[in-house]
Amino acid sequence: MRKLRSLRHWFYERLGGEAVFSFLRKKKVPLHRYSAWYFLGGITLFLFCIQVATGILLLLYYRPTPEEAFESVRYITAQVPFGWLVRSIHAWAANLMILFLLAHMFSVAFLRAYRRPRELTWLSGVVLLALVLTFGFSGYLLPWNTLAFFATTVGTNLIGQIPWVGHWLMVFLRGGQDVTGATLTRFFALHVALLPALATGFLLLHLFLVQIFGISLPPSIEAEWEAQPERRKEIAFFPDFMARELMAWYVALGLLGTLAAFRPWSLGTKADPFAPAPAGIRPEWYFMFVFQTLKILPAYIGPLTGEAVGVMAFGLAALLWALLPFFDRQAQGRRARWMTGVILFALGYISAMTLYGYWAAR
Amino acid sequence: MEASRQAGASKSSRRTFLELFLGSSIVASLVSFLYPVIRYLIPPAAAELGTNTVLAGHVTDVPVNAGKIVPFGQRPALVIHTADGRYIAFIAVCTHLGCTVQYRSDLQQIWCPCHNGIYDLTGRNVSGPPPRPLTPLEVHLRGDAIYLARSSST
Repeated sequence: MRKLRSLRHWFYERLGGEAVFSFLRKKKVPLHRYSAWYFLGGITLFLFCIQVATGILLLLYYRPTPEEAFESVRYITAQVPFGWLVRSIHAWAANLMILFLLAHMFSVAFLRAYRRPRELTWLSGVVLLALVLTFGFSGYLLPWNTLAFFATTVGTNLIGQIPWVGHWLMVFLRGGQDVTGATLTRFFALHVALLPALATGFLLLHLFLVQIFGISLPPSIEAEWEAQPERRKEIAFFPDFMARELMAWYVALGLLGTLAAFRPWSLGTKADPFAPAPAGIRPEWYFMFVFQTLKILPAYIGPLTGEAVGVMAFGLAALLWALLPFFDRQAQGRRARWMTGVILFALGYISAMTLYGYWAAR
Repeated sequence: MEASRQAGASKSSRRTFLELFLGSSIVASLVSFLYPVIRYLIPPAAAELGTNTVLAGHVTDVPVNAGKIVPFGQRPALVIHTADGRYIAFIAVCTHLGCTVQYRSDLQQIWCPCHNGIYDLTGRNVSGPPPRPLTPLEVHLRGDAIYLARSSST
């Protein structure tokens, strides 16, 4: 026992434990009626860690060729002990991670947490969103099933509609003119090497910035606390907030385990590039609003195709969304109310178009 | 006074020169690293462009009022035996977003299930989002064998 304590002391001294713990003890988290929203980012981080762990496990058996990809995933789910569970957790955690990331982003937007001096935290978060969506798009193809094959054909074709650079970008993504084995190896390299490296880097930057600037207080709460200083309430990040966050992670893990065990992710049928496309092609749910918008646009708008106009409009909207902190510089007043309207519209549009997409595809 | 100012000016111009030299060396080495990487990332043009004639199968493979999809190089091609007994063929890639089209014997038309695009039997886009007609292929019957060839007119 004493040896253990002296060993701990040995590491404590050499790792600068004093500095770390005094920082953690000093770090405070405001406690108010919106505090529950502070958990979402942490849950997203937790799900990312699960993705890394289950992704490494899947790598032990997966083979990225058109001949073997589908068979190797079927081998994982049918033969490898608990393989079905590992794959199901990977697929479900991916979807939950995107869901929690979107919820985190909108809560940050509604609570105005992106305002000065946290603009770079927001921007690094937007980059992480783009990386996570690319993770989803590339991972979807890896089992090489019919739905994914044609969804990738349509998705990369849409990128090809962008004027000037589109065709070049499409050939680059596909590794040729068509979706083939070259596309599979490209998406595989992207999914297991490039994206994890980039995402880890931006994640560390994001967390580092959160540590520097601390946790943001919504303007409405800030005003209340200034008017009535006795209502100000904060808890220590360590161990009080950490304990609550861990509890939230545990709930997320429970939800994930339940979904993965009782709703195992299906595999579908093997992709055949020389078979007709099946009816009911649709993207993953988080691209549904884009898909549905493009569907209702006319074939041609001016000299461009409807798809090209739609893809460019979404690109512009994403850029403006990333620049949100630079438009919103006042806590109160007309400008602030206008910003709430913009954020509400974005949330409403995405939700409505997603529901419409599923309703139309019944 | 004059001499020292001159010395200062020559010092600063020497510094400027060195900075310029260092900067352009760094840029040049970056370009020489990145150029091969970028070239590596863009795949070489596929050899399948050379595909001109393909054996699609036997006439018994395609009954009357039915279609069959066969590989034409790396692309799928659709061979149709029409209700009036002709053989026609197209590249089976929808001109909208690249899904593989199929023959609908109930409509006697070519259908893309992804966005409900419809082409008639000349390959013309008649309904739905496709912006252009399908690329036609020539069909040659040699005995009982069906050969597809890249259309010489296009």
